[in-house]
Amino acid sequence: MEAFTSLASGLSVAIQPMNLLFALIGVLLGTAVGVLPGIGPALTVALLLPITFKLDPAGSIIMFAGIYYGGMYGGSTTAILINTPGESASMATALEGNLMAKAGRGGPALATSAIGSFVAGTIATLGLTLLAPYLVEVAVSFGPEDYFALMCVAFVTVSATFGDSPVRGLSSLFIGLLLGLVGIDILSGQSRLSFGIPELYDNIEVTTLAVGLFAVGEALYVASRRHIHEEKLEAVRGSLWMTKEDWKRSWKPWLRGTLYGFPIGALPAGGAEIPTFLSYATEKKLTKYPEDFGKGAIEGVAGPEAANNASAAGTLVPLLTLGLPTSATAAMMLAGFQQYGLNPGPLLFAEQPNLVWGLIASLFIANTMLLVLNLPLVGLWVKLLAIPQPWLYAGILVFATMGTIAANPSPVELIMLAVFGVLGFLMRRFDFPIAPVVVGLILGPIAESQLRRALSISLGDPMVLLQSPISATLLGIAVIALVLPFVLKGMGRFKAVED
Amino acid sequence: MSHFRKGLWRSALAAAAVAGFVTSAAAQMELKIMAPAAPGGGWDQTARSMQQALTQAGIAKSVQVANVPGAGGSIGIAQLVNNSKGDGNQLMVMGYVMVGALLTNKSPVTLDQTTPIARLTSEYEAIVVPASSPIKSVKELADAIKADPAKVTWAGGSAGGVDHIAAALFAKAAGADPTKINYIPFSGGGEALAAILGGKVTAGISGYGEFESQVKAGKLRLLGLTSPADKATADLPSIKAQGLDLEIANWRAVVAPPGISADQKKALMDAMDKMAKSKEWQEILKAKGWEDSYMSGDAFAKNLADEQGRTKDVLTAVGLVKS
Repeated sequence: MEAFTSLASGLSVAIQPMNLLFALIGVLLGTAVGVLPGIGPALTVALLLPITFKLDPAGSIIMFAGIYYGGMYGGSTTAILINTPGESASMATALEGNLMAKAGRGGPALATSAIGSFVAGTIATLGLTLLAPYLVEVAVSFGPEDYFALMCVAFVTVSATFGDSPVRGLSSLFIGLLLGLVGIDILSGQSRLSFGIPELYDNIEVTTLAVGLFAVGEALYVASRRHIHEEKLEAVRGSLWMTKEDWKRSWKPWLRGTLYGFPIGALPAGGAEIPTFLSYATEKKLTKYPEDFGKGAIEGVAGPEAANNASAAGTLVPLLTLGLPTSATAAMMLAGFQQYGLNPGPLLFAEQPNLVWGLIASLFIANTMLLVLNLPLVGLWVKLLAIPQPWLYAGILVFATMGTIAANPSPVELIMLAVFGVLGFLMRRFDFPIAPVVVGLILGPIAESQLRRALSISLGDPMVLLQSPISATLLGIAVIALVLPFVLKGMGRFKAVED
Repeated sequence: MSHFRKGLWRSALAAAAVAGFVTSAAAQMELKIMAPAAPGGGWDQTARSMQQALTQAGIAKSVQVANVPGAGGSIGIAQLVNNSKGDGNQLMVMGYVMVGALLTNKSPVTLDQTTPIARLTSEYEAIVVPASSPIKSVKELADAIKADPAKVTWAGGSAGGVDHIAAALFAKAAGADPTKINYIPFSGGGEALAAILGGKVTAGISGYGEFESQVKAGKLRLLGLTSPADKATADLPSIKAQGLDLEIANWRAVVAPPGISADQKKALMDAMDKMAKSKEWQEILKAKGWEDSYMSGDAFAKNLADEQGRTKDVLTAVGLVKS
């Protein structure tokens, strides 16, 4: 119970009026930059570092936490409303969220995302409070072979989930895997498929691909259809708020999303993308309304959003306990800590308890603030959809282009954006699912490098994949997930014959 | 978006201007510093620390920092050389890692095309083992490598980077074949840290800052730093003092575009001289744990040329650069 006493004293730091103000500024700034693709929370924190130097450490770190959570939330707002995920972690949200918005249910989509983020963020922060020291032991014992096995699970579940035909889903996935090969190979340092273009050395930027495929592709597709039949968008159909049924369909996905997000986010190489996609896949499997998926199912928004926010809290586990930044924003926060001569690591909890618990307490406050701020704004956001389509999509194109340029100021990046836009258009036109491309680009390189690291450490012995208990279990799950549907199908047929 | 960004810039500049006004009459210099990497890394932090010190000490009226990420700095240097020719207010942060990256990426633009201004900071590489490792000293690690270099696994940063080069030089100094080392690159020292703490590899190599808190907490054993023998202390032993000829530092420096006039070059060097001596800069160095290794003008230019030669030899030896 020591943790709770510490948390209470942390809360007393965080609710000082000045610190509340910093949290508010952080949350507002974070939401603003999260809405814009390209300017992520990392760049914002970087720009603010020289200014916050004058503030006291607690205040500025509380503000950074606000930016971090606000950015997560802002990214999903654009994903839902205009199908432009501000960051790769809100891609899964865009899938069903945007369909809901198009069906006039943007209000409930935004609400379930806000409340889900709050629920997940709160539970995950509690987890951070109570479990951080234990979780970090597990996280460190996760070796390259275990990461590879985790990727296998993700590949199997995700590729089975998208699209109506497995062949189309797999084709998309392989396009992504191919794109993932471009750039400098991390293990050998040699460049592959980059044709001497320096911009390609650093691999293809995930946000450029996602924005190109989702936003630009969509704009082109809508433009091409316009003369055939004008799609009439209704901004609000039914209630602006979540109905009783929406609540009933949301709460379990929130909890399951949290269960994916927090532990995977706490892994040093876990990230936010895998839990969001795993959550999406799970909800699609478990839903009682499978016919809604592909038309805007609220479960498909609630789960990934919760996973996204929970993983953000998870990221703080290795940051605070090991001094190990596992995302760009966490790296900036680390720089912020160091500015005050604080070194996150095993001793931080012991040496600076006020600061650490103040930060954890301010995460609670940032979450509450986001909820209070954003629920009333839902009505305002949804009005975006009432903008006439040509204007809306022109605006989306401008945002997508500016965001890409802001993140990587180079003409090559713009050309890539345009090419991916055309690719996205063609894939829509011929009914190929888009998300697996991005999944392939994200997971492919991780799976490859972790496998090669594992083999390099074991001096080439593949048995290492089965000798680690974590890896063996995860690979077992992957195999079962792959085979089980066929077995069940076969048994079903067998039974049918018997009858 | 641009509104928001501009707003931020404005407030940043305003804050900077106020700070400059308070400390002394603001100088007229308006500097632009490019960090050829994404926000958060060492080059970015160096650029932003310079911004802070230069404005607060009143050496420059304003300093803008821009990030041009990509390919270990290859994209940033190409922009500097091609687009900023003759611009006497532009600086670019660079470091030892860029020397290697330009070679492995076969960059068409080289450091010889830039105007070297000054070296600012250094960080020594540290070699650590998990606390539970049977290896207790540099000599024991050297013996293990000599016996079979492939069986000793190293975790460190990207392939061809300073960590990799230092591991290869260690093997060479130990009398083993540097091409046979089993070096496992991770994206950044942080991810490598997890593999070392988890006991997945024999040894870890990275900047000492990455390991410091773990060493103090007793989770990692520090075998030694790649510092000169006379810098060794009881807490920070040097590898060289333990009888293995290995000395390397991950330094960071600033260069200017090609084609600037002698006066412009002198103005930039003066600004760096003043900054290096300023109280503000010294405080930043202390807070960040950066070693002051200031060196400017011709001395730095010669040092840069030497480092390029040595790096090329090592990278060719480990097969990352084809001669």
